[in-house]
Amino acid sequence: MAEMDTSSGGGHKKGPGVKKGKKLSTRIDLTPMVDLGFLLITFFMYTTTLAKPKTMEINMPYKDPNLKEEEKNKIKESVALTILLSKNHKIYYYEGMATDPTKPPDLKATTFAQKNGIRDEIIAKKKMVDGMKASGALGPKDETTVLIKPDTTSTYSDLVNILDEMNINDVRVYAIIDISDVDQNFIKETELANGIK
Amino acid sequence: MPHAKLPRKSTNIDMTAMCDVAFLLLTFFMLATKFKPDEPVVVKTPSSISDIPLPDVDIMLLTVDPKGRIFFAIDNKGMRQNLIESINSDKGLNLTKEEMVSFDIDASIGIPFNQLKSYLAAPPDQKKTLQTNAPGIPADTAVLAPNNELAKWIYYARTSNPKLRICIKADGDASYPSVQKIIKTLEGYKIFKFNLITNLKGIPAGTAAYDDQQKAKKG
Repeated sequence: MAEMDTSSGGGHKKGPGVKKGKKLSTRIDLTPMVDLGFLLITFFMYTTTLAKPKTMEINMPYKDPNLKEEEKNKIKESVALTILLSKNHKIYYYEGMATDPTKPPDLKATTFAQKNGIRDEIIAKKKMVDGMKASGALGPKDETTVLIKPDTTSTYSDLVNILDEMNINDVRVYAIIDISDVDQNFIKETELANGIK
Repeated sequence: MPHAKLPRKSTNIDMTAMCDVAFLLLTFFMLATKFKPDEPVVVKTPSSISDIPLPDVDIMLLTVDPKGRIFFAIDNKGMRQNLIESINSDKGLNLTKEEMVSFDIDASIGIPFNQLKSYLAAPPDQKKTLQTNAPGIPADTAVLAPNNELAKWIYYARTSNPKLRICIKADGDASYPSVQKIIKTLEGYKIFKFNLITNLKGIPAGTAAYDDQQKAKKG
């Protein structure tokens, strides 16, 4: 394929007196071309972005400004778990929603650690709710609800991590809510009590 | 001693076939390559187990860098033209034709309205430094706040293409309030569904999502 037919065409032979010109081979060495080809392939393979970025879909709770006050807060205290995200990737959490000011919640601290982190707490909460559903204390429509309240000192990675935990642990109902002053005070008090600055 | 004469084989290999293969692959990679668009800032996104691929078209990308600066980008060139025209007339920026064309070829924008004209008029090499030192698009938690310029960008982008999917690509170290500004602005426009761009990570064993995955594998 890479050679060309250099024998004089037509089939007629040259006479004996005619001097033959030195036949130069037209066979081209393709090695450099192949080299070049593979070099370019390597370049394009490195620059190409085959792994497309992945996305996480989030649905924020629908906020209707016309919603009446009594229609809100339909979540039962017993199914709710409130998670506060704070600085240095720390997490504070408590059972319920702390709607009753006379009974301050028992704030506990944890982290995003694989073991003994927030995941275990979410799993425990889910088990508890499932147990209550089985015993009839909760209706079949009640589901574990996680309220996520990121502090102003928390980072975006905290938010993604906690949302990811929701997906990992199959928590269907969760919401990102603005942190209230009450919750911020809870964090402050706990930090003071534990000597964290 | 009589030797069995082995036919001498040429050591010259015909490279043609190899060359063909090489160039075939080259063509494939050249066509498949989609160069990364010029990004003004380096953003390291956090990881999640979510594996929904990012759609190719109709996306609005809001980038947040570690310092909390917001950059805005839409993918469609034609739409960018409409967008800058609407912004121009709304804000009275008095942009010239050339300046609008200059906006078209940009990847993303992180410049407040009052600096937009001087930025777009700058030559390309200067634009790059301006872009890296850009203050980011001013945003606020209230949609209607006068300094919420991000809201304007989102509004006009969505009027020119209502199908736009909104993706937030924020750095893991960006503070929550800077991301919250975007989320609140979107909520103000009644957009409650959007995407967060993340890296893929493995699902930890022994969790509900892991069980689901195993079940799906078994069929």
